[in-house]
Amino acid sequence: MAENKGLILVVGGGISGITTALEAAETGYEVILIETRPSLGGRVAGFHQYFPKLCPPTCGVEINYQRLRRNRRVQVHTNTQVGEISGEAGNFTVKLVKSPAYVNNKCVMCDKCTPVCPAEVPSDHDYGMRNTKAIHLPHRMAYPPRFVVERAHCPSGCDKCVSACPYGAIDLNMESREFEVNPASIVMATGWRPYDATRLERMQFGALPNVISNVMMERLAATDGPTAGKINRPSDGKKVETVVFVQCAGSRDQDHLPYCSSICCLASLKQANYVRTANPDARVFIFYIDIRTPGKFEAFYSRTREDKNIEFIKGKVARVEPGQDGRVIVEAEDILRGGKVRVEVDLVVLATGMESNLKTQGINGDIVHLDEDGFASAHLQQPGIFAAGVAQGPVDVNSSIQEATGVALKAIQAAVGE
Amino acid sequence: MANKTGVYICSGCEIGEATNVEELQQVALKEFRVPVCKTHPILCSEEGVNLLKGDLENEGLDRLVLGACSGRYHEDTFDFGKEVVVERAPLREYVSWTQPHQEEDTQMLAADYIRMHTTAVQMKQLATPFEQNTEEALLVVGGGVTGMTSALESAKAGYAVHLVEKEDRLGGFARKLHRRTPSRSPFELTESPDLDELIREVESHPKITLHMSSTIASIAGAPGDFSVRLNVNNGNEKSLRAGAVVLASGGKPYDASRLTHLGIAHDNVITSVEFEQMAASGKIVRKDGQEANSVVFIQCAGSRDPDHLPYCSSFCCTVSLKQAGYVREAGADKKAYVIYRDMITPGQYENFYRARQNDPGIFLTKGDVSGVHENPDKTVTVDVDNSLLGEKVAIAADLVVLAIGIEASTRDDPILNLQYRQGPGLPDQKYGFPDSHFICFPYETRRTGIFTAGAVHQPMDMNFSRKDAAGAALKAIQTIELTRQGKTVHPRVGDETFPVFRLDQCTQCKRCTEECPFGVLEEDERGTPSIQEARCRGCGVCMGACPVRIISFKDYSVDIIGDMIKSIEIPDEFEEKPRILIFACENDTVPAFDMMALERIRYSPYVRIIPLRCLGGVNLVWVSDALSVGFDGVMFMGCKYGDDYQCHFMKGSELANVRLSKVEETLSRLQLEPERIRQYEVSMNDYKQVAKLIETFASDIDDYGPNPFKGM
Repeated sequence: MAENKGLILVVGGGISGITTALEAAETGYEVILIETRPSLGGRVAGFHQYFPKLCPPTCGVEINYQRLRRNRRVQVHTNTQVGEISGEAGNFTVKLVKSPAYVNNKCVMCDKCTPVCPAEVPSDHDYGMRNTKAIHLPHRMAYPPRFVVERAHCPSGCDKCVSACPYGAIDLNMESREFEVNPASIVMATGWRPYDATRLERMQFGALPNVISNVMMERLAATDGPTAGKINRPSDGKKVETVVFVQCAGSRDQDHLPYCSSICCLASLKQANYVRTANPDARVFIFYIDIRTPGKFEAFYSRTREDKNIEFIKGKVARVEPGQDGRVIVEAEDILRGGKVRVEVDLVVLATGMESNLKTQGINGDIVHLDEDGFASAHLQQPGIFAAGVAQGPVDVNSSIQEATGVALKAIQAAVGE
Repeated sequence: MANKTGVYICSGCEIGEATNVEELQQVALKEFRVPVCKTHPILCSEEGVNLLKGDLENEGLDRLVLGACSGRYHEDTFDFGKEVVVERAPLREYVSWTQPHQEEDTQMLAADYIRMHTTAVQMKQLATPFEQNTEEALLVVGGGVTGMTSALESAKAGYAVHLVEKEDRLGGFARKLHRRTPSRSPFELTESPDLDELIREVESHPKITLHMSSTIASIAGAPGDFSVRLNVNNGNEKSLRAGAVVLASGGKPYDASRLTHLGIAHDNVITSVEFEQMAASGKIVRKDGQEANSVVFIQCAGSRDPDHLPYCSSFCCTVSLKQAGYVREAGADKKAYVIYRDMITPGQYENFYRARQNDPGIFLTKGDVSGVHENPDKTVTVDVDNSLLGEKVAIAADLVVLAIGIEASTRDDPILNLQYRQGPGLPDQKYGFPDSHFICFPYETRRTGIFTAGAVHQPMDMNFSRKDAAGAALKAIQTIELTRQGKTVHPRVGDETFPVFRLDQCTQCKRCTEECPFGVLEEDERGTPSIQEARCRGCGVCMGACPVRIISFKDYSVDIIGDMIKSIEIPDEFEEKPRILIFACENDTVPAFDMMALERIRYSPYVRIIPLRCLGGVNLVWVSDALSVGFDGVMFMGCKYGDDYQCHFMKGSELANVRLSKVEETLSRLQLEPERIRQYEVSMNDYKQVAKLIETFASDIDDYGPNPFKGM
C-alpha cells in the first residue's frame, strides 16, 4: 500500500457523503465529513421506505452510523459549511465555518427542554407540515444524537430550556467558529433539494393544501411523520380515498428542469403502494409520460400494475382546480385513448424532481464546475475534486451508493498522490 | 486475564427515579461479589468517565458493567481500549424510559439486567488476533471496460493487480462498438468508444500484470490469501496469489434465436449487437448488401417478458437512440423508427432523447409489436398496435433491429471455480445476477473478498460499469486492508473475533458447513469442519446450528447466552408475574427498542431482552434453557427474510426460521403450546408495532397459563 499521504474532505452528510467517508476510512484513510444541517442523514432520513423492496432507510443508515461510531478515522462536523476552498490536488486549503447548535455533547436526549420551550418553528424535516419547538431533536436518526436550537426563533431573553436541562447541555451563547483543514482531495456530496413546485403554473401547489409534493408524501407515510404514518388529507385530516400522482411535474421540461430525475416514477409507484396498503379501497391514478423502472426495478412495476385499483394513464396533466369538499380536480390528456380526462380526488402528489444544491447554493470560489443542468459532472472537475450522489447527477439511492464507493477510491488516489 | 469486574450504575436519565439504585448495587455486590460496584449521577460526564478510568487503574479492573444507556450511545465515551471489556446494561432504554417508576416489577426488571450483564461480562474474553501473511495484489477477472477500469483504479491507488482475460486482446464487448452513448454533459452527443486510450493505460501501468488468453482454473483460500490457478492458452497452467477478487466478466447478450415471434429467422431482422458491429465496419446494409434506407428498432425484444428475460436490461433504449443516429448519419433521406413500451432514458440521458426527438428522420412511438413479416422483396413489415401514430400501423423497412438485453456471464458458468465446499460459483440473489439485493450495500456477496462489477453484477450500461468498477475495486482493497489487520468486514466491520471449534467433540453432522451463509467452512474427508477465518463475517450461524455446541466466539457463545438466561430470577407461578424472553437482533430490533424508548413507549415489565448478532446464531438449547428455568414464552425478533430479505447476513433470520420450526415437535411432546416460541420480522420502522406485538404475545401467554416447568 502506498503511504497514506493525505486527508479526504467530504462535503455533505447524506447517504452518499456518509458512504464515501466510511468506505475511505475503513480502507485506512483519514476523513473529515461535514454537513450543513445539525444532523447527518440527508434526505433519506425522511423517507418512509426505499423502492423496490419497500424497506426502511433507517436500516442501512443505522449500520452506517454504527460504522461511523466505531471508526476513529472519520471526524464528523455537523452545522458546518465550506467557507472557502483554495489550492490543488494533494494540498487544498479549506476554511470551514461551524455554526452553533447551542447544545453540546452533554445532551442525553432526555427531552426535559421541549415542554418548556415557548417558541414554535415550522419543521424543516417535515417540509413545513408541522411545527417543532425552537429546541428539538432534528429527527429520530439524529447523528450526533443531540437536540439543537433554532436560535433565530427564540423569544428575546428566553432561557427556559437552559433552566430545565439537568445536564448543562444548553449554551445559548455558543458561537460560530472557523477552522481550516488541508485535505488532499475533496468530495462534494451536497445532494439536492426538491424542485420548487410553486413554479408550476396551474398545479396549485401552495394554493391548495391537498396538493403536495412527493417528498411531503414520504413524510405523511413515515411512522415518525406529522401524521404518525397515516395518509390523511392535509386540509382536514380525513383519510385519503383517492390520489392522483402527476409524473414529471416540472421535469423533462425546458421551462423547468430539462432532465429526468430518474427516481420519480419509482417513488410514485412506491407511494401508490403506501396508499393501497393503508387503505385497501383507495384508488390511485398515475398520469405519466414514460414509466421509468430500468433494470431490476421492472419487477416492482409489474407487481404494482397487478393492482387493479392503480390506473396508469399516459398523458400530461394540464391543470389542477379546487373541487368539492376540499377535493382536487385534475385535468389531463389521455394520449392512448384520445381526448381528455378529469378526475376529482382527495390528494394530488406532484412527482417533482431533484435540483442540485450546488446549483442553487454554490461554493465559494471557482472550484467546483457545474454542467448546464447544475451537476458537478466528473469530467468538468480539476484534479482532486470529486462529486458523489445527486451532486454529480440525478440517481437513485442504490446507484448513489455504488458511485460514492467508487468516488472514495478516486479520493484515495489523490490522497496517495498518484 | 485478571477478570476483575466493576459494576457502575448511572442514576441519570431517570434511572435513579425509576429504581432503587442502592438495591441494584446490592445485587452486584452480594449475588455476584464483584469487587467494585458504584453509582454516579451522570456516568457519561467527564467526572463519570474519570471515575471509571481511575478505578480501572487503581482497582485493577479489566471489565466493566455499565448500567446506564443503550450501547448505541456513548460508544466512544466508554471506550477504554482493547484490554477492557465493556458490557452495557440498558437501564435507560429498557427500564427508566419505558417502565413506570418505583414499581416492584420495574425494580425486578432492572435487577435482572444487572444479573444478566454481570454474568456475561465475567465470561467474555478478549479476541485473539488473527494473523495472516496478507497478499496485497488484487485479481480482476475480465479485461473489458469494467475489468480494465477496476484494475487501473486500483493500480492508481497503489495496489498491484493481476488482470485475467480469456481472449488474446483487451476490450471485451466494447471492441464491437462504433460509438458510445453520451457520458458527459450536455449528454446530447454520442462519443468515441475511447477504448484505445484505456487499453494503453492498462497495458503500460507498472502495477498491472496482464494474463491474456487465460481463464480461471480454480480459486482456493480466503481473503488476503487466495491461491489462484490459471488455465493459459488451453493447456498451460500458472499460479498466483491474490488478496481479493473482482469479477468483471460481463454480460451475455440474450439468445435472440428464441425471438421467433419477432421474426429473427428473417434475413433482415438482426440484433442490436449485430447492428452495432455492422455500423462499426462501415456501412449499414441489408443481407443482400444493398444500403438500408429505413430501419425499425424494436425495444424490449425478449425483455420485460415473463417468457424471456423478466427484467429490463436498462441500456437498450439509449443504445437504440444511439443506433438510430447511425442510420441518420448515412444520409438525410434515411429513416429510423423506434417502437418502445417506455422510453427509458433516465437522468441526463433525457437530454439525449430530446436531441433525437428533434431529429426529423427519427420517429419514436410507444406501441406493441404484434407481428414482424418478411415481404417478397425481403423488406420487413412491423405491425404495431396501440401506438401514438394510430391504433394499428404497419411500418415497412429494409432492416429491423431487435434491441436485446443481457444475462450475467455467470448464468451458466461459475467462472471463478471456487474450491469452496459450498460450490464453485457466487450464489446469485436475483435473476441470475450475483448482486447483493441490498439497497444500501450493493457490493456484498456471499463470498467474502469477492466482488462483482459491471454487467455481471447488475444489468447496466457501459458508462455506469466504469463507476461500478471503481466501487468494486474499493471494496476489494478495503477487504485486503481489513483482513491484514485481522478484522472482519461488513456488517461487523472491525470485529476481531471469529468462531473457535472444539473439534474433538465434533460429530460431523455438517450443519455448520452447510448453513454458513458465506461458505466459510471447508470440510475434510470425514466431514470435520475447518474454518477459513478471513472469510468469516461473525454472524454466528455456525454457533447456532451446532447441536453439540462446540462452536463459540471469545465474547459470544452458547454458554454466555445460556448463563445469562439462567441468571434471571423467575418468580414462581403463584406470584402471577410471567416471564417472557426476547432475543433481539442487534441490527434492526435493538435499535427499534431504542426508538421506542426515545418516544417513551411502554411495554410489559415481564420481558427480558437479550441482544444477538443475528437470529441465525440462535442455538436451540437456549429454548430448552429458557423453558427449563421457567420462562413462559420466548420471542425471536429479527430482520426480514425471503425474497426481499433485509437480514444483514443474508440468510441468518431465514435459517433461524427453519431451525425454530423444528422446536414445535419437541414442545408438543413436552405438552407445551408450540406458540410459546415465536419468530417475528421486525424492521426499524416497526418500532411502534413492537409494543403491540409484545402485548399480544403476553396476552396469549396469559391464556396458556404459566410454564408448567416453572420452579422445578
